[in-house]
Amino acid sequence: MAETQTMREWLLAETPTSRRHAKISALYQGWLSFRSNTMAMIGLGILVLLVFIAAAAPLLSPHDPFVQDLGNRLAPLGTDGHIFGTDSLGRDILSRLIYGARITLYIVALVALIAPIAGLLVGTVSGYVGGWTDTVLMRITDIFLAFPRLVLALAFVAALGAGIENAVLAISLTAWPPYARIARAETLTIRSSDFISAIKLQGAGPLRIITRHIWPLCISSLIVRVTLDMAGIILAAAGLGFLGLGAQPPSPEWGAMISEGRRFILDYWWVATMPGLAIFTVSLAFNLLGDGLRDVLDPKAGE
Amino acid sequence: MLTLGSIAVTLLGLLFITFVIGRVMPIDPVLAIVGERASQETYDTVYLQLGLDKPLMVQFFYYLWDVLHLDFGTSLLNARPVSEDIARVFPATLELATIGIIFGVVLGVPLGVLAAVRKGSWIDQIARVVALVGYSMPIFWLGLMGLLVFYGILGWVGGPGRVGIFYVDVVPSVTGLILVDSLLDGNWDVFKDAFSHIILPASLLGYYSLAYVSRMTRSFMLEQLSAEYITTARVKGMSEWDVVWKHAFKNIRVQLITVIALSYANLLEGSVLTEIIFSWPGIGSYITTALLSADMNAVLGGTVVVGLIFILLNILSDLLYKVFDPRAK
Amino acid sequence: MMSTLLDVQNLWVRFPTRNGVFDAVRGVSFTLGRERLGIVGESGSGKSMTGRAILRLIRPPGIVEADQVNLEGQDLMKLSEKDMRSVRGQRISMVMQDPKFSLNPVMTIGDQIIEAYRLHNSASKADAYNKSLEMLEAVSIRDAERVMRAYPHEMSGGMGQRIMIAMMLIPNPEILIADEPTSALDVSVQRQVLDIMDKLVKERGMGLIFISHDLNLVADFCDRVLIMYSGRIVEVCDADKLHEAKHPYTRGLLNSLPRLDAPRDRLEVLERDPQWSEAPSVSGSE
Repeated sequence: MAETQTMREWLLAETPTSRRHAKISALYQGWLSFRSNTMAMIGLGILVLLVFIAAAAPLLSPHDPFVQDLGNRLAPLGTDGHIFGTDSLGRDILSRLIYGARITLYIVALVALIAPIAGLLVGTVSGYVGGWTDTVLMRITDIFLAFPRLVLALAFVAALGAGIENAVLAISLTAWPPYARIARAETLTIRSSDFISAIKLQGAGPLRIITRHIWPLCISSLIVRVTLDMAGIILAAAGLGFLGLGAQPPSPEWGAMISEGRRFILDYWWVATMPGLAIFTVSLAFNLLGDGLRDVLDPKAGE
Repeated sequence: MLTLGSIAVTLLGLLFITFVIGRVMPIDPVLAIVGERASQETYDTVYLQLGLDKPLMVQFFYYLWDVLHLDFGTSLLNARPVSEDIARVFPATLELATIGIIFGVVLGVPLGVLAAVRKGSWIDQIARVVALVGYSMPIFWLGLMGLLVFYGILGWVGGPGRVGIFYVDVVPSVTGLILVDSLLDGNWDVFKDAFSHIILPASLLGYYSLAYVSRMTRSFMLEQLSAEYITTARVKGMSEWDVVWKHAFKNIRVQLITVIALSYANLLEGSVLTEIIFSWPGIGSYITTALLSADMNAVLGGTVVVGLIFILLNILSDLLYKVFDPRAK
Repeated sequence: MMSTLLDVQNLWVRFPTRNGVFDAVRGVSFTLGRERLGIVGESGSGKSMTGRAILRLIRPPGIVEADQVNLEGQDLMKLSEKDMRSVRGQRISMVMQDPKFSLNPVMTIGDQIIEAYRLHNSASKADAYNKSLEMLEAVSIRDAERVMRAYPHEMSGGMGQRIMIAMMLIPNPEILIADEPTSALDVSVQRQVLDIMDKLVKERGMGLIFISHDLNLVADFCDRVLIMYSGRIVEVCDADKLHEAKHPYTRGLLNSLPRLDAPRDRLEVLERDPQWSEAPSVSGSE
């Protein structure tokens, strides 16, 4: 029996032989149901491609994204050597888009690290400790939620000064409250469950319970939420870039590129159009992926 | 559930955050007033006048006192009180966001209901695509493309601004809403021109609220349609139309109100980028311009006002909640 | 026995799933006269699906098929959706398990009962109101005028279920399907609700299909019992002769219940024979 069992059978076994087996088997079944979701797979494909493009930017881009060629400015689409044309300083738009992928990924990765972790900390502590701590932390969360996000981010950038890192900070500052809410809600349900009492009886302290037992259980709903938020983060970052408060010139950030192209929109439409399409494609990919992940990881929340 | 106390605390927190931002700003408020070339003496006088020698908590109370009296200081750009400026620009934003939300709700709610009732049908697919595109498209870019196509190429709509240059200040400002003012004045030309200017940015904002409202409506409806009382209604022999609108829809009104209020608040804020694209002289443009010229009082004043509107809309949706849900009484 | 109200022949309910088609009800046949017919089975046996399939309430992608579902000479399977609507409520009605969920939470009780009446009777609002009051009193609700103005969440479970019964009987149907009508109620009010239902059904000469998982209750309350297992009827017997039932599944169910008159140290655990679900459905026709 054991020898004839294929990998697939082992992965789909109804009675797992070990904890590791059960875990891997659950992951595999999640993957199977994720894989059958075409749209989510397309999203994943686009993002894998994006990571590849960003990693291999120097190899892929036909020109240096910063080299100006004033003699060849605002060249239209399909010009020799410049498929997507050139911008107002004669820089190759395709190369700038390719390098811009790095900035986008950088921003997304940073925000996706900072905001959920901050939210997780606040939420689990608030939910587990309860009492006054809970009231105070949740009140702070509510205050941040009551604030209009973009305006708050604007005000923060104004205080901190323009630049990518500050834009990341400002977006994170406005993005953490929903995560705190989610983490708190999860913690409240987990806290009162029997297995937590069992662990307590075995002598586990609050720190151990939170880090080893509550956090792992909050992760899947947070991941779904982060993926769904990713598109919003990209749009917010691009918006800040567009307003001149994010990445500074000559950085090939996509939002800033649209802002540059805006002046010539009526005569040289492609300068602003191409980076916009890039932003749209990437945030669409994140939305598709997020929808798919939600169906797999959090079937309750699926419509 | 918001109580009076929690509203007060939220408000206080909001003001505290703007206060902190104001202190952290790398702009010297004294220098901004007296200028680079002022003598040390003048500098010190203003420094004391602004109360900057006092402890931070005291300064915060000064700030609170001023804000409670709707005094946000004077703008460094035009030396006028910020509150006057905001009162002047706010109607433009209000007009834009209101038309946007009407657009979004009138189309978004039926679309969401239909998508839920006919789950998996072509209309559900369309609703899904509409929402996905709305969630994924940068609003400022879509605005640019809209200008390019409908104004630049087709010439169907007015360009940037609230009215064409020949119509600026033609009708007296009563409400500040130019569509209303021109009607009150009976000036059809201005009305038509203003309408051709507002239609594009308003539909743009409307589209974003449509995406959100329709998606939320759909998921609320799906939840209700699987409820047992829907089966009861069907057992009674009701038509599907009545089951949907008289029974299921009645149950999502409360949730919808919250979503619409949130969406409306988002439009008032989200219009920042739209206003820039369409040179719309609203509060979003005002904050951004102030930001770029380091006009701190104007930035913070604008931020506080937008925050206040957020809180007000929250209270409003809470009140309506109690009207529509018998269980909340 | 008596005139047949409903004649169900070879009823199937199917649900397409990712792993092929799932048959929830598999070729069930029975008739109903002016009697109390019990359908008993464990959860997933298809008993609720049978009740809902008769009213054609199975939503797509679920599929209902039958040779016939004959209501006094009219085949319900052949009716258009519009004609079916005039059957629902007016000729066949249904009371569901939990009044907490089966009443619309944001409509007053009065509005919901009046609506049920006016859907099938062109009556003025005032007439409908009076009729509703009468009906509430018929299900032993005191203070009916206050209840008419109240919302479902203000009612107790027992009252809610009596309101459900009033609402479902107000158009004067010939058949009532009661789907676990007392399972969600406190034991103390179960009997009361059953008695009210029984009285009204008898007075009006209606047929009752009583769906339950509770063997003793059904034996006590009904005239005839169908026992369902995995979508099929495995046995049909008169309620008073239930304890003489022959099918091993029924016997197993009976033996797994504690009895005061024959105490045992250990109750039997039901052993399932895969053959039961393969065997053809027994006809429940009279």
